Amino acid sequence: MNAAPSHKVLSAPLVVEFPFTRSLGPVQSAFLTGLRERTVLGVKASDGRTLVPPTEYDPVTAEELRDLVEVGRTGTVTTWSWNDRPRRGQPLRHPFAWVLVRLDGADTALLHALDAPEGPQAVNTGMRVRIRWAEHRSGAITDIACFEPDDSVPSTHRAQPHPGEFADPVTGIVAEARLDYTYTPGRAQTRYLDALTTRRTLGERCPRCHKVYVPPRGACPTCGVPTGEQVEVGPRGTVTTFCVVNIKAKGLDIEVPYVYAHIALDGAGLALHGRIAGIPYDQVRMGLRVEPVWTEGGRYPDHYRPTGEPDADYETYKELL
Amino acid sequence: MTSRAGRREVAVVAFAQTEHVRAADNLSEVEMLMPVLREVLDSTGLAAGQIDFTCSGSCDYLAGRAFSFTMALDGVGAWPPISESHVEMDGAWALHEAWVKILTGEAETALVYSYGESSAGDLPEVLTRQLDPYYLGPLWPDSVSLAALQARALLDAGETDERELAGIAARSRKAAEDNPHAQLSGSPGVDTLLESDYLARPLRPHDVPPVTDGAAAVVLAAGDTARRLTRRPAWISGMDHRIEAHSPGVRDLTDSPSTRLAAERAGLFDAGSPPPEVAELHAPFTAQEVVLRKALRLDRSTAVNPSGGPLAANPVMAAGLVRIGEAAARVSRGEARRAVAHATSGPCLQQNLVAVLESDGAGAEGERP
Repeated sequence: MNAAPSHKVLSAPLVVEFPFTRSLGPVQSAFLTGLRERTVLGVKASDGRTLVPPTEYDPVTAEELRDLVEVGRTGTVTTWSWNDRPRRGQPLRHPFAWVLVRLDGADTALLHALDAPEGPQAVNTGMRVRIRWAEHRSGAITDIACFEPDDSVPSTHRAQPHPGEFADPVTGIVAEARLDYTYTPGRAQTRYLDALTTRRTLGERCPRCHKVYVPPRGACPTCGVPTGEQVEVGPRGTVTTFCVVNIKAKGLDIEVPYVYAHIALDGAGLALHGRIAGIPYDQVRMGLRVEPVWTEGGRYPDHYRPTGEPDADYETYKELL
Repeated sequence: MTSRAGRREVAVVAFAQTEHVRAADNLSEVEMLMPVLREVLDSTGLAAGQIDFTCSGSCDYLAGRAFSFTMALDGVGAWPPISESHVEMDGAWALHEAWVKILTGEAETALVYSYGESSAGDLPEVLTRQLDPYYLGPLWPDSVSLAALQARALLDAGETDERELAGIAARSRKAAEDNPHAQLSGSPGVDTLLESDYLARPLRPHDVPPVTDGAAAVVLAAGDTARRLTRRPAWISGMDHRIEAHSPGVRDLTDSPSTRLAAERAGLFDAGSPPPEVAELHAPFTAQEVVLRKALRLDRSTAVNPSGGPLAANPVMAAGLVRIGEAAARVSRGEARRAVAHATSGPCLQQNLVAVLESDGAGAEGERP
């Protein structure tokens, strides 16, 4: 059968969060711990340049770098751009300038924000700036709250050797990250989800190998062709294989042990999975005939239960295991 | 054809791409990709099973879907199992891997594809996650702001001015009027463009690429197989990619030594070689074209981005592969004897790939369709 084409594009918010815990190398550890103590460290590169922020390895030769030096807290803007609409997570909430700042005594520049309340007219390459420290510092690049304009003259500050040793050094950071998406499932999955709202299961048939895919993703992964023809499958099906779950899942209110099974719905070319109930867990078997059980308002079958039919013959589902 | 002595000849024999759009929001990634795969295979007469090696490029962060490339493989037809690889990079780098595979003699033909649905997320924010997580990532510097820092450095150095940048935008989007796959085409004149407000000073809206959903695919083939599959193969006479330091504060943002080195290794500057008639440059921001023209030593004899380039359609992860495909298509249509294609990755042109494409004169004048 062919369902009427769905004109409505389904979409839903999707939030992905990934708080990576990252360890620090000795140079990064000294630099970030230094920021906590209001001290800015750089590292001497193989060509004699002082790199700020410092790296563990030489950007040209890849040699390991370890000779730390202390540089100034004032510096010079080497390039800038104006940010009218600050985004979530950026250093300042009001319009600010992004700047690359070469701190006095350093040969490379550090990226940060410049608080320039007078607007972009007050910002220029070559202007003098100083660090504004964050009130609460933990050993992170954000221990520098931002830069602010400074009226000092370009100093002849020379980088001074520094042991890089501090009490209670920072050895790792947690890099919090959150990205917001709008998830759209595409044509095939939209048709599948639309059909589920009326408790029907819609697969799609490959025009070449004639296999019916459930849930459909729009393509036959064997033949690499679009699966345009919609086919209603089920509602009954056959357990092709199963396992007994003995560990309670977090946030899932189901008594253990329970059975999780692969179920080939009648007419489908591959099995999908679901929970089996309405039968003691140790009586579930391959070939058991089952049907879906819906709960009020459920968007998909809550579980499957035995139909009471005789078991399916192995030959009828052996290709669907 | 100037392939270096002893190296296998490899050519682009087919190229296809989507009609690039702001949001392909009624299509999943594989649904968007599949027509492109069909088109590129059909134009060679090859079935998926006759391809020796398949390589794709994509990034899960764009649409926020883990392992999305495994879903995309549904569109290829990967059963019985195929020889397949994936790079979490622009498809230009997938093409490089496929090229090397053919050079080793392990494959005679290769299918390369890439895709991106950037519309699912906030692209300038998503791209902050490619940055160093210690010193840059925690500040969430968006891709437009970083490109603006590079543009400011070029303006301060006197390498360009805002009028030239507007000219690049206008030229690109006017060129896109002849490209049915482009997302943006046509442009007001430079004076009108310069009246608009800044988006991220010194960048105005015209300096910035559109957010694009799209996909592209290329078929590569070796020697006589290439000659059999197409009348006029676009031979890859050289290809190379190079990377610079990640931190923008360590690099000279007004120059691109990695592009220059890759071009040299790809044979672009070889003595006796004519300048390319066409250059397809992956410069999503206007000011980056200035950097690349200098690094590639391009003068007025080379037409830059006759397709409109990434300022007309910027399907992230496919935009670099599209450059190679567009350059190859010019050679295959007989519009250029020699073309250069460029792809980039990372903030402010951090990593760069250069490919030189050439015709060997086969299927020349009088045979044009």
